[in-house]
Amino acid sequence: MSVLDELYREILLDHYQSPRNFGVLPQATKQAGGMNPSCGDQVEVMVLLEGDTIADIRFQGQGCAISTASASLMTEAVKGKKVAEALELSRRFQAMVVEGAPPDPALGDLLALQGVAKLPARVKCATLAWHALEEALR
Amino acid sequence: MDLSTLRVDFPLIAGRPDLVYLDSAATSQKPRRVIESLKRFYETLNANVHRGAYRLSAEATEAYEEARKRLARFLNANPQEIVFVRNTTEAMNLVAYAWGLRNLKEGDEVLVTEMEHHAGLVPWHLVAGLKGAKVKAIPLTEEGRLDLSALDRLLTERTKVVSLVHMSNVLGTINPVAEIARKAKEAGALVVVDGAQSAPHLPVDVKALGADFFALSGHKMLGPTGAGVLWGRYEVLEGMMPFLGGGEMIREVHVDRSTYAPPPQRFEAGTPPIAEAIALGEAACYLMEVGMEKVFAHDRALLEYALKRLEEVPHLRVYGPRGDDRGGVIPFTLGRLHAHDLATFLDQEGIAVRAGHHCAQPLHRKLGLAATARASFYLYNTKEEVDRFVEALLRIEAKYRAWL
Repeated sequence: MSVLDELYREILLDHYQSPRNFGVLPQATKQAGGMNPSCGDQVEVMVLLEGDTIADIRFQGQGCAISTASASLMTEAVKGKKVAEALELSRRFQAMVVEGAPPDPALGDLLALQGVAKLPARVKCATLAWHALEEALR
Repeated sequence: MDLSTLRVDFPLIAGRPDLVYLDSAATSQKPRRVIESLKRFYETLNANVHRGAYRLSAEATEAYEEARKRLARFLNANPQEIVFVRNTTEAMNLVAYAWGLRNLKEGDEVLVTEMEHHAGLVPWHLVAGLKGAKVKAIPLTEEGRLDLSALDRLLTERTKVVSLVHMSNVLGTINPVAEIARKAKEAGALVVVDGAQSAPHLPVDVKALGADFFALSGHKMLGPTGAGVLWGRYEVLEGMMPFLGGGEMIREVHVDRSTYAPPPQRFEAGTPPIAEAIALGEAACYLMEVGMEKVFAHDRALLEYALKRLEEVPHLRVYGPRGDDRGGVIPFTLGRLHAHDLATFLDQEGIAVRAGHHCAQPLHRKLGLAATARASFYLYNTKEEVDRFVEALLRIEAKYRAWL
């Protein structure tokens, strides 16, 4: 295993064991849920919009390492961003894990999930929270 | 019981020595004989059945009907009681709609179990919902067996159907179907058996089971996808209206009404999966030649060996009953690791297991688990493969201990 793989494993492990922005956001103005019926994973994404800025975001639910880490990394990546910026990030993230697009530096820590593109059975785990975010922002 | 010499009969197994295939409960690999049977049909026999006046069609029909006889022999049934369907799911829907829709009334009950595959639940939900009938379940014990002490309470004059799985696709539990069927018949209920896991792995004698219906999927018993069997007691089939209507299943058709062929044709509307049914017949012959007692003994030996060796893996939990009433299926979890992550790690080691709820959500809810990983064995698996499986788990446990 390369040093890079190790680093990614550390990031995923960290976010899986200590998910950021986990819990309820009582003052949420938008929210949406997602479920993967094949494994039972579920996620609820709650967003506080101030104007068109994501002032706060939290998620809750239960899932595998990939879906949990992806949701956690997502909340960190989009907090404080404009809605349009968050949707653009979502597009780039999905291009990477769904279509296997080359690493995009704009994705930052989200690059830790790059390997998912090589695991077709797990792509849905990585995109679960992002689909919920898109629905909440729509 | 060592059947490992049979491995050469399976081109996929022989051709992928790095793969340890432990997902036969989902679908089995196919022996060369079955694959060649499909090819031979299309190259030498292809014609529609039961209609052509020419010799080729008669030959195709003869091969198709010969397959019916082979499946009858496999189940100790009469050929007139063998209905070719796509799979167990279609067979269960056939019974629910063709029998249930016409016989269930408001207040009636369908008794299922907590270990059913969704194919044994959802068709009854659909039909019971239309008729105002209720679906109730025999609960599970902590060991993963049916709690038969609840049977007398649950089986009442309202119970019109008892529909249960012969062998659990998650826990491997083999249910005492004959005993339950006897009680169900005394209560006047129809007995439907989901044999998707039992038919491939243990000797099945439908006469001895005492049920009214028995459903199986060909692809889980060395056959191709697309062909399965519904066995039905002839008197019951004879009293039933068709499930699907169309060609091949009729006696006489007018623009405003029709009458129907006798069973089994009454339940085989449209062109059937001819090549697949013939290849399934070949698969049944292969299994009969090996001997189903030997297949079961082989699965059992691998199960016992695996359960013993898996004790070496720290943080591993296996589910399902310990005893003779258990087939070669092992559901397991490793610490707090999610079953999908575990299956991905095993896949990186060349081990193919399934992860998820295995189409048995009520069972997983009962176990308090979102998902499990599942290893399942068949006649081509070996002790060496069990060793590779256990050693991979040991490596994963060591590497991801921080995740557990």
